[in-house]
Amino acid sequence: MIKEMNTEIFSIEKYLRQDRLPHIWCPGCGIGPTANCFLRAIERSNIDPDRIALVSGIGCTGRVAGYIKLDSFHTTHGRAIPFATGLKLANEELNVVVFSGDGDLAAIGGNHLIHAARRNIDMTVICVNNFIYGMTGGQAGPTTPFEARTTTSRYGCFEDPFNLPYLLSASGSPYVARWTTIHLRQLEKTIAEAMIKPGFSFIEVISPCPPIFGRMNKQPQGLDSMHYYQEKSVIRNGEDPKEVGMELGGPIIVGKFVDKECPTLQDHLLQVCDRAKGKSKT
Amino acid sequence: MFNNCHEGPNLLYLHDLVVKLWRKSFDAEDIAIKPSQVQIDKERCKGCGYCVEFCPREILKICSELSPKGYYLAMVNDDSRCLACGFCELVCPEFAIKVYTGNS
Amino acid sequence: MAENQALVGEYFVSGDVACAEGAISAGCRFFAGYPITPATEIAERMSIRLPQIDGVYIQMEDELASMAAVLGASWAGKKSMTATSGPGFSLMMENLGLGIMLETPCVLVNIQRGDPSTGLPTMVGQGGMMQARWGSHGSYEIIAMSPSSPQEIFDLTIVAFNLSEKYRVPVIIMSDEAVGHMSEKVVMPYVAPESLITRQRPVVSPEEYRPYQPEANLVSPMALAGEGYRFHVTGLTHDERGYPVMDAEVQDRLVRRLVDKIRVNINDIIRYKEVEIDNADIIVCAYGITARIAQMAVKMAREEGIRAGLLQLITIWPFNEERIRKLSSQARAFIVPEINYGQIVLEVERCAGDRARTVLVPHMGGSVHSPQTILEAIREASR
Repeated sequence: MIKEMNTEIFSIEKYLRQDRLPHIWCPGCGIGPTANCFLRAIERSNIDPDRIALVSGIGCTGRVAGYIKLDSFHTTHGRAIPFATGLKLANEELNVVVFSGDGDLAAIGGNHLIHAARRNIDMTVICVNNFIYGMTGGQAGPTTPFEARTTTSRYGCFEDPFNLPYLLSASGSPYVARWTTIHLRQLEKTIAEAMIKPGFSFIEVISPCPPIFGRMNKQPQGLDSMHYYQEKSVIRNGEDPKEVGMELGGPIIVGKFVDKECPTLQDHLLQVCDRAKGKSKT
Repeated sequence: MFNNCHEGPNLLYLHDLVVKLWRKSFDAEDIAIKPSQVQIDKERCKGCGYCVEFCPREILKICSELSPKGYYLAMVNDDSRCLACGFCELVCPEFAIKVYTGNS
Repeated sequence: MAENQALVGEYFVSGDVACAEGAISAGCRFFAGYPITPATEIAERMSIRLPQIDGVYIQMEDELASMAAVLGASWAGKKSMTATSGPGFSLMMENLGLGIMLETPCVLVNIQRGDPSTGLPTMVGQGGMMQARWGSHGSYEIIAMSPSSPQEIFDLTIVAFNLSEKYRVPVIIMSDEAVGHMSEKVVMPYVAPESLITRQRPVVSPEEYRPYQPEANLVSPMALAGEGYRFHVTGLTHDERGYPVMDAEVQDRLVRRLVDKIRVNINDIIRYKEVEIDNADIIVCAYGITARIAQMAVKMAREEGIRAGLLQLITIWPFNEERIRKLSSQARAFIVPEINYGQIVLEVERCAGDRARTVLVPHMGGSVHSPQTILEAIREASR
C-alpha cells in the first residue's frame, strides 16, 4: 500500500499559504508539527492535492484550514464533520480530511463524530488533543484529564475525560490511531495510511499547549510537554482501545489501535442505488 | 527565555556517555554523509527549542540574537555533523526550518 | 420519467411530495434531513427518488448536521436541500448563518406547525416568519417564499433553487402544515435543464481567482472543491481572497455586499399575486394557506358590496415594501390574517405608515382561519 518511506527531502512550502504566515499559534504549539506531518503525508501517499478538501472547525486547530493551500473550509464550531460528509457524498472523488481540536470534535461535535464513525464514511479525521479549549483562554473540555487545572476547573477538573480511541472504536471506526507530537515519523505514515484507506479513519494527536494547558499543569515550556511524551509514551500497536485512557501524570499509550476492513458508506449507497433503479434482485 | 530542561550534571554526564559510546553505527566509517545545510527563518522562529533538543546530532542551539518579535533565535552551531535527517524541519512548529542537501 | 429524471405530468399529491418533486425538477440531487412532523414526507420522498436518479439522500443525526451537510454538498457542486419545521429550523440557524456568510446556494424548506417550542406537531402554524428573516445572528438579507398550495410549492421550489444559485444565498420556503399535508392536483411540466440557473463558475485561472471578488451584480463566481482552485473560505469576516481579516473596513464592505446583493436585485426576486386589487378600498394581505381563505373572504366581501382586494405575498423576504407603500395611498386599511400573534403585520404596518390602518387578524395555530373571521375584519374596517 505505501512505499517504504524514503529519505528524500522535499519542501512543504508549496502547500502553505505564504501570504498568511506567520501563523497565530504559540511558541511550542503542536499544531504546526501535526500540520507539517499532514502535508508530508500528502506527498508520501501520492494523493492528488487538487482532490483534497480540508475542513476544520473552530479553535486553534481549526485555524489550520486557513494556512494550507488546498480547497479548505473553516466552518462552524463542531460541524466540520457533517460539512465534510456533505462534501464527500456530493463528490466521491474528493479526499476529505477533517482537521480539528478536541473540544470542537468531541464536545460540541461529539454527536457528529460518533455518527460519522458509525456510518464509516470515507474521510480522515485528525484530532489535535491538547486537553483544553485553547483559543478561548483555557477552559476544561471533554478530554481534560481528571484533576487537571483549567480556567473553569480551578480546583481540579471534576469530570472524567473521554478515551477517544475507545469512543471511536466503539462507534465503529475501522481505523483508530494515536500519536503524540514527538512521534512525527509515525504520525506522517499513519496520516498517509489513513488517507489512502477507504472508510472512516481517526487519528488523535496529543499536543502541547504551553502557555495554557501546560502553564496550568506543570508543563510551562513546550519542551516540558515534549519530554513528558518522550518519557511517558508507550507504543503499543494493536492495543485494545479500552486500555488507552489517560490520566494526569500517567502513561500515554500510542500506536495504531484499530485497522480493519469494513464496507464503507459508499459501498452501501451504491447497493441502494442499484436496488432503487431495479438492477439488483434483492 | 529558553531553559535547559536537563537539570543536574550527573544526567548530562550519562547522556554524553551514551551518545558517545552507543549511538555510532557499525558502518559509520563506510558511509559518506552528503553535505547539507540547515536554514532557519529568523522572522518565523519563536525560540521554542524543539529543533535544538531533538536534533540527534545536536548541531543547533539557542543563541542570544533576538528575532524581530523578540524571541531568542535557534541557530546552527555546526553544519558539518548534520545528517539531513530532516527532523528539525518536521518538528518546527513555525515551518521555519529548511534542510538542503548537497544537490539542492 | 423524463430525461431530466423528474416526474412530468398531472399528479394528485400532497404539498410535501410536490415540494420534493419540484426540487428534483430543479436539479436537486442531494438531500440531508432529519425526520420532523410535518416535513418528514419530504425526506421520505427524497429517500425513495434520489437513489433512483443517482442523487444522494442521507439522514443526518440532527438538524444542525443536516444544514452543515447541505452546505458541504453545495460546495462539492450538487444542488442541495433540507426540510424541517419550527424546532429544527431553530437548530439550523447557526449553519444558515454560515451558508449566508460563505454565500452557498441551497434551499431550506420549513413546513411550519403550531408553536412555540414543541407546540402542535401535526397542526398548522405560521409562527416562523420573522425567524426566517432574523433567526441567525447578524445583518443579512435572505430570500423566503410562501406557497399557498401544492401546485405553488412545486413551482416555488424550482424558483427557490434558481434564485439561490443566481444570488449565492440560501433560500427558504416558508410553507405550513396545511399546504404540506393537503393533496391536490399538481401539474408538473417538463423543466429543461438548460432553463435552470446554476451558479456562475470562475473563468480565470486558479492563481487569479478570488473567491469573493464580486461581479457587477454583487455576486462572485463560485469555484467547487476538487477542481484545483485551492480556495479557502471561512465563516470569519473575510476579504476578497476569502482569508479572515479582523478589520472594521473589511467588515463594512462584506456585510454591505451580503445585504445589498439582495436589495439591488429586489425586482428580480419579489413575487406576489393580486386579486381584485384595482379599486380595492380594504386590502387583505395574506400568505401561505391563509391567502386562500382570504381570497374566499374577499369574494364574500365583494358580494356584500365592499371594495375588498387580496394581495397575496409570495416572496415574504425581502419584504415587498414598495407595493405596500403604493397600495397604502389607495386603500383605507390593510387586513393581515396570519396564523401567529402578529409577525408580517409588523412589516405591513411599517410600510403603510399613517396612510392606511393595519389590522391584524391573528390565529394562534392548530387550524386555519375561517373565511367568516376575515370577512368580519373586512366589514369592521370598511365601516
